[in-house]
Amino acid sequence: MTKQLLSPLPGTFYRRPSPDQPNFKEVGDTVAVGDVIGLIEVMKSFNEVQADQAGTLTAFIADDEEPVMAGQPLAELA
Amino acid sequence: MAITKLLVANRGEIAVRIIRAARELGLKTVQVHSAADTESLAVRMADEAVNIGPPIASKSYLNIANILKAAADTGADAVHPGYGFLAENADFADAVEAAGLVWIGPNGGAIRVMGDKVAARVAAEAAGVPVVPGSDGRIDDPDRARAVALAIGFPVMIKAAAGGGGRGIRIANDMDEFDRLIPQASAEAKSAFGDGGLYLEKVIERARHIEVQILGDGTRAIHLFERECSLQRRRQKVWEEAPSAQLPQPMREKLCASAVALAKAVGYRGAGTLEYLYDDATGHFYFIEMNTRIQVEHPVTEMVTGVDLVREMIRVCAGEPLRYRQEDIRLSGHSIEVRICAEDPARNFQPGPGTVTELTVPGGGGVRFDTMLYPGYQVPPFYDSLLGKLIVWDENRSAAITRMARALEELHVGGLPTTRSLHQLLARDPEVQAGAFHTRWLEPWLERNAHKLGTEETKA
Repeated sequence: MTKQLLSPLPGTFYRRPSPDQPNFKEVGDTVAVGDVIGLIEVMKSFNEVQADQAGTLTAFIADDEEPVMAGQPLAELA
Repeated sequence: MAITKLLVANRGEIAVRIIRAARELGLKTVQVHSAADTESLAVRMADEAVNIGPPIASKSYLNIANILKAAADTGADAVHPGYGFLAENADFADAVEAAGLVWIGPNGGAIRVMGDKVAARVAAEAAGVPVVPGSDGRIDDPDRARAVALAIGFPVMIKAAAGGGGRGIRIANDMDEFDRLIPQASAEAKSAFGDGGLYLEKVIERARHIEVQILGDGTRAIHLFERECSLQRRRQKVWEEAPSAQLPQPMREKLCASAVALAKAVGYRGAGTLEYLYDDATGHFYFIEMNTRIQVEHPVTEMVTGVDLVREMIRVCAGEPLRYRQEDIRLSGHSIEVRICAEDPARNFQPGPGTVTELTVPGGGGVRFDTMLYPGYQVPPFYDSLLGKLIVWDENRSAAITRMARALEELHVGGLPTTRSLHQLLARDPEVQAGAFHTRWLEPWLERNAHKLGTEETKA
């Protein structure tokens, strides 16, 4: 069954901790509950997005630097 | 005027402020905006609007090519950068001028000199402006570094030459700590900025943040007295005043004269601000940096001098000579500005974007509210949290604080958290009322008063 990780906040989604560092997670990676999969920037404050479910990452639905709404799916797990 | 159509390369309340000034000068306006700002007040007010990219600022408000294309497509002949975004980007200033447009700011060369911390310090010293005692440039030799640290006295701040925004700063309290921190600081600077160069500065423990407003036309320069912005949280100003809450008149004269000397030395054009630390215990002041743009807190200077800074910076950058002599600028009364941000003081200032459901703007004598809010406006989450600036003027500081408390009580923004309750509490604080504060006063005060910051207050 497909599980989705949702954005907890509205803002800008980042897959990397900073522009010169690698992505937190790649498609195919194992994700445990509490793993950081990205950041949401809300009014210049950065918030970690932690997985609330475990599984294998099958796809990112939101791209790096994309605007997202609260509750919008960011990634899918299998 | 030599220009007819001004492009506003910014957003939020400052874009509204610039459009108002432009309109009073008889200029047409072009508002560039991201896809998230289509319904902004500035877009609604401007004569024309151009979408320059997606919400993320790096692809819109920081996109030089798209902004220049918007200027070409609309026939704009001048660009006002506001504050933040590209306002202090020398390459943008150069590109605007290379495109044959008027840049509302100092030229790229002046921005470069003042934007480089070491170069600005050298320019200040050359103009006779006191700087924080330090290493006069980079220190690469460890033995020399030790000698300099001993000469300026501990505690000493170790800063990355290529750093900025508070990054790459360490404080050493004695020589042992200094020896331990120097290699760390150099390695961190190398990895963060690609340059391991360091410089040293004396730590000024309890100082006021005092800044002098200047206006120049490239030949002449004047000052418009000082502002004090000592109430800061995480190096962000929250409450600003003009004049300073406590600055002796002879010190005011020295400070303002030093700012004019530096402005003249660099042939400054436009509005600018020289920032200083002022140590009341010793009566010393030290230049820290210059901001080559209009600042958020400019209205308090406008209130106490009667000069419209945004209009004047447009005039001088469009080539008109400065219309004021120094003796025309007189200080009258006292002004205070507080920043109303979409942040919840009860939840550690967590930002809260959303829709403005209700809006009551304070009014009456001596009250000004610079904002981009309107009922129904959706505050986007992509930019800073500033919603507006509540500014008051009155005959003296004590009356201005009373008036600020009254105006804050009238202000109501529905649908979003705001920092109104913080300012209500500050206005009632005896130390704020006495002007007895410094740049590190507010953060411990916030910790002590956290429990009082919870509730929105209505009537006493």
